[in-house]
Amino acid sequence: MKKELAQSIQKALKRQNLAGILDRWNYPATRAKAYEGIDFEALRNQIAEIKGSAADHLEELAETFKKAAEARGSKVFRANSPQAVKDYIANLCKEKGVRKIVKSKSMASEEIHLNQHLAKFGIQSDETDLGEWIIQLAHQTPSHMVMPALHLTKEEVADLFSKETRQQQSTDIQQLVKVARKALREKYFAADMGMSGANIAIAETGTLVICTNEGNARLVTTLPKIHVALVGLEKLVASYADAAPILTALPKSATSQLITSYVSFITGPTPNDDGSMKELHIVLMDNRRTAMAKDPRFKEALQCIRCASCLNVCPVYRLVTGHVFGLIYTGGIGTILTAWFNELKTSEDIQGLCICCGKCKEICPGKIDIPELILEIRRRIASKEGLPFIQKSALSVINNRRLFHSMLRAASVAQKPFVKEGFIRHLPMFLSNLSEYRSLPTIAPIPFRDAFKKIKQPKSKTRASFFSGCAIEFVYPRIGEAIVKVLNKAGIEVVFPQGQSCCGIPHWGSGAFDMAAAAAAHNIKPLLADDVKYVVVGCATCATALKKEWPRLLKDENMASLVPEAEKVAAKTVMFSELVNQLIEEKKLTPKDGLELRSVAYHDSCHAKRHVGIYKEPRAALAAAGYELNEMFECDTCCGMGGSYTVKQPEISMEMLKRKLKNIEDTGAEYVSAECPGCLIQIGGGLDKAGSKIKSKHPAELMEDHFK
Amino acid sequence: MFDKFKAAAEAAGNTAVMRFSTKAQALDFIEEFLKQEEVKDNPGSYAVWADAPILKGVDKQALAAKVPGLKFQVTRELAKNAKIGITQMEWGLANMGTLAQDSSAVEQRLASALSWIHVALLPTDRIVADLPALMTKMHPGRSNYIALITGPSKTADIERVLAIGVHGPERLVIICVDELRGTNS
Repeated sequence: MKKELAQSIQKALKRQNLAGILDRWNYPATRAKAYEGIDFEALRNQIAEIKGSAADHLEELAETFKKAAEARGSKVFRANSPQAVKDYIANLCKEKGVRKIVKSKSMASEEIHLNQHLAKFGIQSDETDLGEWIIQLAHQTPSHMVMPALHLTKEEVADLFSKETRQQQSTDIQQLVKVARKALREKYFAADMGMSGANIAIAETGTLVICTNEGNARLVTTLPKIHVALVGLEKLVASYADAAPILTALPKSATSQLITSYVSFITGPTPNDDGSMKELHIVLMDNRRTAMAKDPRFKEALQCIRCASCLNVCPVYRLVTGHVFGLIYTGGIGTILTAWFNELKTSEDIQGLCICCGKCKEICPGKIDIPELILEIRRRIASKEGLPFIQKSALSVINNRRLFHSMLRAASVAQKPFVKEGFIRHLPMFLSNLSEYRSLPTIAPIPFRDAFKKIKQPKSKTRASFFSGCAIEFVYPRIGEAIVKVLNKAGIEVVFPQGQSCCGIPHWGSGAFDMAAAAAAHNIKPLLADDVKYVVVGCATCATALKKEWPRLLKDENMASLVPEAEKVAAKTVMFSELVNQLIEEKKLTPKDGLELRSVAYHDSCHAKRHVGIYKEPRAALAAAGYELNEMFECDTCCGMGGSYTVKQPEISMEMLKRKLKNIEDTGAEYVSAECPGCLIQIGGGLDKAGSKIKSKHPAELMEDHFK
Repeated sequence: MFDKFKAAAEAAGNTAVMRFSTKAQALDFIEEFLKQEEVKDNPGSYAVWADAPILKGVDKQALAAKVPGLKFQVTRELAKNAKIGITQMEWGLANMGTLAQDSSAVEQRLASALSWIHVALLPTDRIVADLPALMTKMHPGRSNYIALITGPSKTADIERVLAIGVHGPERLVIICVDELRGTNS
């Protein structure tokens, strides 16, 4: 991580007004209300289909659009590069004697820094969208794609307006809006040209669809005699009917509204009030969008409708805003667009901010797998530039269990002066920020693979392989012991294949897909060696690898011959709570009578909830085993661990943890449980450091003595 | 359909929906409304009324004489200085309380986009269910500028606090008229 990025993160974390605003908005709830009565999955499938098909036919649609729009009297210019756009508009201004431009929102124009270019020729461009105008006055870039000035306080806006109007303005928001109305009203009337973007461009009719709440686009496209629309190729859809699903989703996802106050469908020029005809120029801008459409992985990102819902739910974005997480386009999708519209290299730092929790993927109306595409950027950067040496060495070590354990243990012994009750509370010097809000667990003296040998189990025909994962093996062997104990109660004999090692997710998450595939290949045979009915996993991250990622990784990394066996593993893999719930339903596990009811708050790990879809099962199993569930606010929001994320972005990770801890404390539960040792390290360490009474436990630990 | 439309339109905020059975009643209401809102023949206090089917057969001169400041000619300057703009819309969408109009004629946009209060007339029987239903009625192949309007002009760009009337109307008054049936088809 570059020093400047680290500094900008620290600066952003000190300024949490955007986070506060997002909290007060309560986006998840208001969004859900806007979507009431609508089948969101069906709607987003429809949008993905419409936009996906448009991405497949970009060239064709651009030509259809051009013909249709020109037939209606518009002038259409197709520009490949940002320079071609700038030249066309600058020349047009020169030719028509344009000195003043009023603009409604166009992110495409910000993408190519058009205002700055035109200023070189003495042309004044004024933004009219209130948020855009504010950041223009502040000489800043958007912090949010839909509400670009969200990071500024009303006091800061009042200062900007006071400077602009040369009059002291009050900090009353209603008053400030009226100040903007008055100032901008004059600009509309004085402008020689109006410039807009478009939310949708309909190819068959040559139509621009523009949505605003303020009504500024209506004035920009009505008052000046020349209208220039700058439209990225990704806005194209084939037909008029295709606009309906996008218009249905966009306002609901963007601002939790049913529809924006104004939607305009502009098809060709209209007469001005003096009887002359308006000039309508439409610039269709490529700037690597066609290249993106041809990339089998990144084509999907063209399904974006720019609602910014991925920002509103992102636990990292809310902390650091788009000024850190993004360039012009912000947040998760912004990172992807930046990698293309600028270059891969520019996204190198910002892509590392994504913790890959998958929250955005759940609500994206374009059905874009944003974290997956960020991982793909990571992979391309890693394969192009290589991983940093230390990271690569570390990742190599964890593929060798024995070596990994002896190294960790050595480190752990070295930490002895700091150990208390199984936690490391303070770390020296440069590592100190790792234990500022969270104690770190100590490394167990005996790894699970050795502890397992001492467990006495009844023999059984029904056998299960246990895949421990690194954290249970080295940090929490007692979780492994509890898992064996519960499964034995159901008449299942557990085997522990000694050949197993890391599941490969840390490598995958760092973009080293080849090393991840090697990890998969290393594990498959040992897991299938014994004739087992189940492969049981007590770690949601490992479950993601075994259930989902291994077959795909092996295929992508040219190890297709191993795919059938990887699929066999996937079919047998169950998460511990998933299996327990099933065994309870099958009456193979019976809860003890007269259990004292205890309360637990359940934290959904990102991998369990969003990668393998396990969140009902642990709750059902815990409830059957005598626990009352006290649900916490944002139960499925990331705790900030994110594997190595907590090491790479410690400040952000700790802020996420603080919020999680508060939500846990608010439940008043006795325990907090998660089926992910990573989350337990983070949350357990946080609770310890904060001196909380709440104990963090794996479901297996909570249930181990609860069955007959 | 009307009840659903009214509820949805009023939910958009600063919007009032009323209904009259005859044109005469609607015109009387508007005249009264303009007086009540103190329309005057002063810049800032005009009312501009863009050409509308409801005006067919109406003695505009007589009406303008009764309400000084009421203008039937909609220019940029008059619209800029209007408190009230009146237009007739073509369709209503029941599910969102949206109004739709072919706004290719610039007067329609000037009158509805610049004033503080937008008075929108709507034939009651022109309320359809939703956007897809509207799209079977209006088509960009036939109209150069289709405008959909829902509620007043608003913003939440400062601290996500709602503010009404940023560039366009602060209030929307929708007058549904039963008798207008078919007049603009």
